[in-house]
Amino acid sequence: MRASRVAAVALRYFYLVRGSPVRLLPMIAWVAIDIVLWGFITRYLGGLTRFNFVATPLGAVLLWDFLARVMQGITTAFFEDVWARNFLNVFATPITIGDYLLGLVLTGIVTSLLGLAAMLLLATSVFGLSFFAYGVALAPFVFVLFITGISLGIVGTSIVLRFGPASEWLIWPIPSLLSPFVGVFYPLATLPAWMRAISRLLPPSYVFEGMRAIVTGKSARWDQLAFGSVLSVLYLVAACGLFAAVYSYALRTGLIARYSAETAN
Amino acid sequence: MGSAPGEAVLSAEGLTKRFGALLAVDGVSFQVAPGEIVGLVGPNGAGKTTIISMVLGILRPTAGRVLIGGIDVAAQRSAALERTNFAAVYTPLPGNLTVEQNLRVFGLIYGVKALSARIEALLADYDLTRHRRTKTGVLSSGEQTRVELAKAMLNRPKLLLLDEPTASIDPSTARDIRARIVDFAATEQAGVLWTSHNMYEVAEVCHRVLFLSRGRILLAGSPAELIKQHNAPNLEELFVEVAHEALHPAAGAQ
Repeated sequence: MRASRVAAVALRYFYLVRGSPVRLLPMIAWVAIDIVLWGFITRYLGGLTRFNFVATPLGAVLLWDFLARVMQGITTAFFEDVWARNFLNVFATPITIGDYLLGLVLTGIVTSLLGLAAMLLLATSVFGLSFFAYGVALAPFVFVLFITGISLGIVGTSIVLRFGPASEWLIWPIPSLLSPFVGVFYPLATLPAWMRAISRLLPPSYVFEGMRAIVTGKSARWDQLAFGSVLSVLYLVAACGLFAAVYSYALRTGLIARYSAETAN
Repeated sequence: MGSAPGEAVLSAEGLTKRFGALLAVDGVSFQVAPGEIVGLVGPNGAGKTTIISMVLGILRPTAGRVLIGGIDVAAQRSAALERTNFAAVYTPLPGNLTVEQNLRVFGLIYGVKALSARIEALLADYDLTRHRRTKTGVLSSGEQTRVELAKAMLNRPKLLLLDEPTASIDPSTARDIRARIVDFAATEQAGVLWTSHNMYEVAEVCHRVLFLSRGRILLAGSPAELIKQHNAPNLEELFVEVAHEALHPAAGAQ
């Protein structure tokens, strides 16, 4: 792995954003809309009961959006190569899969932090959300969601590399498909047994269960958070393995060449 | 980081690629020496781009191997490709980056030392200085080809792969580009593997020609030798004759 190659992947995205600042909008606009919408819902619900709605649904929305932004930051940077038909240019160079993935992840980190900053600003200044309420548990919360977002981003890029640009529509709904299982807005006990079985395999489930425990005055289950953290790291390793396997398949079948050439003669 | 004296910059040994039932490349072996320009010609579907893709490490051979400067691409891909570069008509650089940004991004990927100075030199060499802040996608085809060639020269490659570098550009620009490539091969002692359907171009710039059909090398030799051996008026007529025979062997035998 070489730093200059990793930097090149991230620099390309920086150039794109600088050349077309409208690319900043999706990083900020959708999360801002989510926070405003859920902020007013929680404010309304807060008026009906003494339950801390701000720290639960609004905090949950913010954390879940953070995960989705990390994933989308990685996949969007990857899509820039798809849209520009740049695969052959990139992969016919000394760049390694590790360089390329790390470059995408760096890009995802920066873009998701921009979104997180916008969300935090809105949620704290307008709706009075305080992350201090979560205490030190906030660190594993963010860690698990961050690592899971990276894994989902890498899985998304693997799907597109394997099935082609038309599979783009499969990528964007992934967070929405997972959200019912991870209990973003309700305790996992609400779910039927078969859904709970799936939830136990999803690291963010432990974050949202922990978050609700803290808000209701209990302490987070550290053993479960540790389990969720280990699980998320295992999924990250598996996601990298998946990308490597798909890349190897692409080398064997000529997928990369076909991404750039209309016909391979 | 150059090749050892006398060592081929490119060795293809028994290269074979099979896509299911289709044998796209069938045990092709050839070498490219330092400073040598080798033309890889043949009809559509002959396997030219498949060979180039295998040399560039983006397509894994079913059998055989590729050595660049003695380094096996399959075993040490990054080390082998650090001394290689390419330009192909079907792989334009990202049109939403400026000329300078494209050169900087690819310069970093290739680990070019003193990158800013190298970019300045290439911008000047390829008459691109006034376009440095222009998005690559809005340039004319000739200008885009010059940008792709500038990118291909960034790391002073010991092996340069060119897949129809002058396709779809005007004759004057094409002549200019041919001259630059010939000069680069001579001064840097770089080997060049050049595919083209323009036989006049191949005859003008290539020291040696490999005529490919159905994944096999049918003919090999210098353009002058091939024309003489086959008693053809020129390389294009030879191409048409051999391609017709290769594609319609029964008709050729009659």
